[in-house]
Amino acid sequence: MTRWAMVADLRRCVGCQTCTAACRHTNATPPEVQWRRVLDMEFGTYPDVQRVFVPVGCQHCDEPPCMDVCPTTATKKRDDGIVTIDYDLCIGCAYCSVACPYQARYKTDRATFAYGADPTTSEALRHDDRRLAVATKCTFCVDRIDAGLAQGLTPGVDAAATPACVNACIADALAFGDTDDPHSNVSQLLENNQHFRMHEVLGTGPGFHYLWDTKREDSQ
Amino acid sequence: MSFGPNPWQQTNWDWRAAGNFICGGAGSGLIAATALSGVQGNMLALPMLAGMALVGTGLLCVWLEIGRPLRALHVFFNPRTSWMTREAFVAPILFALALASAAGLPALAPLAGLAALAFAYCQGRILQAARGIPSWRSRATTPLIVTCALAEGSGLYLLLNTWSSDQTPMAVAFGLLVLARALVWRAWRRDIADGAAPRALAALAPSGKALIWIGTALPLLLLALAVSGIAAPMLGASLLALAGTLVAATGAFFKFVLITRGAFNQGFALPHLPVRGVPRATNKPIN
Repeated sequence: MTRWAMVADLRRCVGCQTCTAACRHTNATPPEVQWRRVLDMEFGTYPDVQRVFVPVGCQHCDEPPCMDVCPTTATKKRDDGIVTIDYDLCIGCAYCSVACPYQARYKTDRATFAYGADPTTSEALRHDDRRLAVATKCTFCVDRIDAGLAQGLTPGVDAAATPACVNACIADALAFGDTDDPHSNVSQLLENNQHFRMHEVLGTGPGFHYLWDTKREDSQ
Repeated sequence: MSFGPNPWQQTNWDWRAAGNFICGGAGSGLIAATALSGVQGNMLALPMLAGMALVGTGLLCVWLEIGRPLRALHVFFNPRTSWMTREAFVAPILFALALASAAGLPALAPLAGLAALAFAYCQGRILQAARGIPSWRSRATTPLIVTCALAEGSGLYLLLNTWSSDQTPMAVAFGLLVLARALVWRAWRRDIADGAAPRALAALAPSGKALIWIGTALPLLLLALAVSGIAAPMLGASLLALAGTLVAATGAFFKFVLITRGAFNQGFALPHLPVRGVPRATNKPIN
């Protein structure tokens, strides 16, 4: 089996938002929508403070709450773990949005563009009316993955088959691959580092892992 | 442990979604209470029709909220896991049974009452299944929504029928349901205390106070005055009607707040901070 997953190294992310920009450009999302978002968090009090940049988005859960609640079956999970939305089935009830513990879903009722009322050339070419007034979210660039696999490429290794945010990351903080393959890049990262998944207590089984330290002898 | 950006109020569902839970809950409760009362004739027909109107108004509110209203029938596509689909399946059954019992087939009223209970149960499960909202996903949410529906519905029943005949048995049932609503609310409030954001709890507080004092204590006092025989019959009926109105109004206020003010998400959580360079002396989060 294959389980596509994302790994974000919190030690490496510098919060440059290049992944966000790459996602926006690749998927032609409206200005107010960020399928790949980077949170800027600060913790502690002076002088013991720490700033953390946290890439977030759809976690492509093993047990997606958004899929269970969807009344239309528009939200589905593929065998490879990618959670998809059928824009032609979705009625835009936003039930999935309130069910998602990761605030990963968006609904925009009107077309908006980066520079005023008129779309740029790129936006005009890539605008899709089907995505208006329905739920949208990160797709793990599923079209790139499928097209790459059809050409015999390896997602996470070959750029043409890899999500745009991973390709764009300047710090090598984002990695993508198959966690069911023990030799894959992401499996090796998870093997050699301490990691967690967000809101794991909810039992959603996110497909998005965060590295926070190297594996040490005394680490659990 | 959990820390990160503060949770914020969800903005996906607004007053229109609240309208479904307010009107749908009270309407289904009214139909269930009418079925429970065993009345016939106009005393059966009027509340049944009023209940249907309320449920219909709630569903209209949902229809106004969805982004693609012309695809509304797609809501029937996922009965396997979605409580919204199940609610949609129950609604026409509820309408058919309530209409039939109002139109001269009172034998169907108990079935209409059961369908109304099922409708209210679906509404509770809709909220409980929303795992992104701590104040909704509590296991006590469904019992709360169902008891709210029954208390509010029986209150509306008294408002409509208390002047027509002696409603002492229904008034007693109403009192018990109002008490049950308050007890379940307390259990629900305790259950969400740890998971919900402090700002969510603060937003919910006024509606909770209203529900307990104006929606429970005061109506029970009015009810006691009405059924004790101290008040004249017409005054007693008026007191029951007022008690029913207060229960329905405070229930509506509570649900409105629950959807539009107290529905904070849980933000983002990092159980560990990244270790850069020299490891920190402690791995505990600093705040």
